[in-house]
Amino acid sequence: MLPGLLPELEVIRKDFPILERTLAGGLPLVYLDSANTSQKPQCVIDAMVDHLERHNANVARAMHQLGAESSEAFENARDVVARFIGAPSRDEVVFTKNASEALNLVANTLAWATGDLAIGEGDEVVITEMEHHSNIVPWQLLTERKGATLRWFGLTDDGELDLSDIDSLITERTKVVSLTWVSNMLGTINPVTEIARRAHEVGAIVVVDASQAAPQLPVDVTEVDADVLVFTGHKVVGPTGIGVLWGKRSLLEQLPPFLGGGEMIETVRMERSTYAGIPHRFEAGTPPIVEAVGLGAALEYLAAVGMDNIHRHEQAITAYALEGLATIPGLRVMGPLDATRRGGAVAFEMDGVHPHDIAQVLDSRGVAVRAGHHCAKPAHARFGVQSSTRMSSYLYTTPAEIDALVEGLEHTRAYFKVG
Amino acid sequence: MNAELDSLYQEIILDHYKNPHHAGLRDPYEAEVHHVNPTCGDEVTLRVHLDGGTVADVSYDAVGCSISQASASVLTDLVIGKPVDEAMSVHQEFLALMQGKGTVEPDEDVLEDGIAFAGVAKFPARVKCALLSWMAWKDATTRSLEETR
Repeated sequence: MLPGLLPELEVIRKDFPILERTLAGGLPLVYLDSANTSQKPQCVIDAMVDHLERHNANVARAMHQLGAESSEAFENARDVVARFIGAPSRDEVVFTKNASEALNLVANTLAWATGDLAIGEGDEVVITEMEHHSNIVPWQLLTERKGATLRWFGLTDDGELDLSDIDSLITERTKVVSLTWVSNMLGTINPVTEIARRAHEVGAIVVVDASQAAPQLPVDVTEVDADVLVFTGHKVVGPTGIGVLWGKRSLLEQLPPFLGGGEMIETVRMERSTYAGIPHRFEAGTPPIVEAVGLGAALEYLAAVGMDNIHRHEQAITAYALEGLATIPGLRVMGPLDATRRGGAVAFEMDGVHPHDIAQVLDSRGVAVRAGHHCAKPAHARFGVQSSTRMSSYLYTTPAEIDALVEGLEHTRAYFKVG
Repeated sequence: MNAELDSLYQEIILDHYKNPHHAGLRDPYEAEVHHVNPTCGDEVTLRVHLDGGTVADVSYDAVGCSISQASASVLTDLVIGKPVDEAMSVHQEFLALMQGKGTVEPDEDVLEDGIAFAGVAKFPARVKCALLSWMAWKDATTRSLEETR
């Protein structure tokens, strides 16, 4: 067995019912698209079904027993999230629809902010060339609307952030530095703590997109030294429809409201309203209750397996995958080739066959990967490609599944008569 | 396992993919359009030249998968030299085939090599690939007509 693999891998796989199913032609499923969305363990499915079957009611506004149970389950999920990311206070955990909404919440409320947080002409927002579109477009909108300037870190040929111009990028004009912890395309793990330190020296707000980091690295928001950290539920074996925005209390309390509505108010008069404290100020309307319950169950599951163990497993599988991919003629991996410096998403191109066609042939063999630009067009453009094929593993991935991928790629070359 | 795949990747499609017809951008032209498939990023830049109510030339620069590349090649074979009206009805026929979810029987007299795409209609995720250049052509032709009116 590969060193570093989860010792109880077969037991873990049994927790995920979907891994048992077969595809057209009776083929077993080889799911290598977890960076896109992860599969769900039975305990998450059960927690959500149990809530719907036994405890369903609206939260924080139903004065009956079910309402109390539902509110407790929802708020318990907030406690679980706070523990999972080492948040100093549960009030700093805001539930959103997904990571995109969390990033848009920050960018929009900053656009409306006055005083110290206000952004205007002459101010700068710094991102990176490896961001997911959801960490590019909200900042483009903010800077365009406010007459500010968007700047970014470029990438080295190895797929790392080019930090050589950090002194000219992060300056006293910088108001926000927003970057991904782990790239969804290149897999690169960025030195977020070092960049956060530099950003804080000039008084900038640091936003960390942990959508790909939270599933596979131990997260401690204090250690990262971010002001805001976001991730999405469905990539951490939880359901879709729920994301997390963690923000430092001092920052969240200064930001103006985002969406107006029920639950985010203190009192409403026809002339004007006053607003609830954090986190509810940013949670207008009936929240995704059962999704929060599912997310809580998901994070408890990951914590029980152990994030350090999951990280080691990912590194072992990724190293094995990089070795296997290196045996395919004409295949080029984009991003770091050292598994200890990257996450479990591995994007590559293969001479003579377009990514869509690769994914199609792999799918006919039961191997699920993603093909396209992975919502990271600028990163693809940086490497002179329009799209790529991406395999991504998770805690349930086995070396045999990587073998199936590599065999599938050899078959693909033969099918398209390459080489 | 490969029968399903072979219905998608017909030999004709792979031939057009490896040796695309009428590829490259040429003068003269009245309209140039740029279409993308936002889900996957496939792109085509396509020019149309009309001459006296006939599609005199269609030239293109496309980046994408085998299906989208082959489709552009077949498109040019089918429409170049045809009166605009007739070319539009070929377009309609191809569109119906692609949107037919595999139930439409293609007419080889009208679609020629285009009948090879019948299998693509059974793969919903790939229909957009096959239609990219066709939609670009319709757009560019409409603009050319306005230009030459």
